[in-house]
Amino acid sequence: MSTLYESITAGLHGLYQRAWDSHGMLVLDLLPGQLLDVVQKLKDDHGFALFLDVTAIDYPERTPRFEVVYHFLCPAQMQRVRLKLGVDEHAAELPTLTGSYGAARYMEREVHDMYGIRFAGNADLRPILLYEGFEGHPLRKDYAMEHEQPIVPYRK
Amino acid sequence: MQYRPPVSSPLQHTAHPDHVVVNIGPSHPATHGTIQIIAEIDGETVVHADVHCGYLHRGFEKEAEHHTYHNIIPYTDRLNYCSAMNNNFAYAAAVEQALGLEITPRCIWLRTLLSEYNRIADHCTCIAASAMEMGGMTAFLYLMTVRDYIFEHMNHLSGARLTYSYVRIGGLARDLPDGWLVRLEEILTFTERYLERIHGMLDRNRIFIGRTRDVAVMTPEHALNWGYTGPILRSTGLRMDLRKDNPYLAYRELDFEVPVGIKGDNYDRYYVRMREIDESISMVRQCMERLPGGPINVDDPRVVLPEKELVYNEIESLIHHFKLVTDGVQVPAGEVYSAHEAPNGELGFYLVSDGSGRPYKLHVRAPSFVHMGGMHTLLEGHQVSDIVPTFGSMNMVGGECDR
Repeated sequence: MSTLYESITAGLHGLYQRAWDSHGMLVLDLLPGQLLDVVQKLKDDHGFALFLDVTAIDYPERTPRFEVVYHFLCPAQMQRVRLKLGVDEHAAELPTLTGSYGAARYMEREVHDMYGIRFAGNADLRPILLYEGFEGHPLRKDYAMEHEQPIVPYRK
Repeated sequence: MQYRPPVSSPLQHTAHPDHVVVNIGPSHPATHGTIQIIAEIDGETVVHADVHCGYLHRGFEKEAEHHTYHNIIPYTDRLNYCSAMNNNFAYAAAVEQALGLEITPRCIWLRTLLSEYNRIADHCTCIAASAMEMGGMTAFLYLMTVRDYIFEHMNHLSGARLTYSYVRIGGLARDLPDGWLVRLEEILTFTERYLERIHGMLDRNRIFIGRTRDVAVMTPEHALNWGYTGPILRSTGLRMDLRKDNPYLAYRELDFEVPVGIKGDNYDRYYVRMREIDESISMVRQCMERLPGGPINVDDPRVVLPEKELVYNEIESLIHHFKLVTDGVQVPAGEVYSAHEAPNGELGFYLVSDGSGRPYKLHVRAPSFVHMGGMHTLLEGHQVSDIVPTFGSMNMVGGECDR
């Protein structure tokens, strides 16, 4: 673990549930309520200026069902950090990060499309890779791979 | 059948009554890919732009969950189809990291060589298409000639012009054919000669400068906020390149510079790409000189497919082959995020394995998709005709953006 990781875990003390190392990357497990504080501190105090990615993982048998995964990059030190949050199926909602990073706008739309997780405060959650009227969320494990919903009917 | 747009745009209702809402794309010569822009325009000025993507969505991530690790390789070709090698290697690197596998020295250097070689083709395609969209037909044809030489050469290596599928987990599909490196040097020399002509035609061309200089300017802060990486981020003057800052493959041992722009406009993005081609040519030459001998695949029967001859004549190899084809490579449970510097920016693969032969989840951090997220900020305030060079300089690739 590098010194940056130590300073992050010290600076964010009490704001996360667990910190661990995964293939050389610092991973922080959070509760949904801690997300905004942690992200703000990562950006302001530790130089994580680049919002790389957000996606989710579906574990149908677990409670909470979804795990939302964020990746951030600190360009000055070229270090990445991963944040993980459990999100329940029935209250699938997280605060948006569009206030801190413009890039969150499109990527949150994609997660909303694919998993049906809402991001409160993101003004634009229209479909992005799918289309209006598409039923279900294709990357959930209970969406069958063979299930097709063509927007234009197939030619006979 | 009545036409209904896949996603409705609020601009239809919120536009100022004096303004006009126009639709550009998704299949339009100016859009540089299958993408749709709905623009609210005041005279010739774009006031608001709404960029829609998803027209090439084919469910890459869903497909990946149902295929073995080797069977996913052809799907990765189709992400950024101008530089399939870079996608191949980034994907393989993620899987190899999860496996804790160290590839052989010859494989490391060959992958570096091919990454840079494919980067030349990708940048040539981008500049060629932008030049053509601005009316520079000769520049387009010259660069396409270069690109086609490279594609034919890659065809000799892998059997395909665009979709190479040349990587294997733990190695490569096959070693170089005879005479491949001789032809490579010929093509590099040819490329350099043609790049001189492109510099001569575009660098100080009044029309080209008029359409690119000071159009779609951005600051490093703006670029970081919108998640830009790669040549677009470097055009703003920020020297950030994974090959330098976070060296993977053999980049630590190569001598190269990271070209940056001055103010992050369309011209800088063109010039950064041109300079990156120069650096890539130099890197390919360094790789050719230092290419070590030895095997290209790791010696691990749990990962690498055995030689066909052995499969037919030896029971152990037959069993390995059978297990690898039916069950796939068994990747230990865990998660990995691995990123490479693709021609467009940071291409990341986030892989979650449950210990079986198929990924539990495979997510692609596609640079083009992220770049489209901030696209409207570069279009707004400029003229309708500026959409063309701005879009060209962002090099959106539909296959990668929509996955």
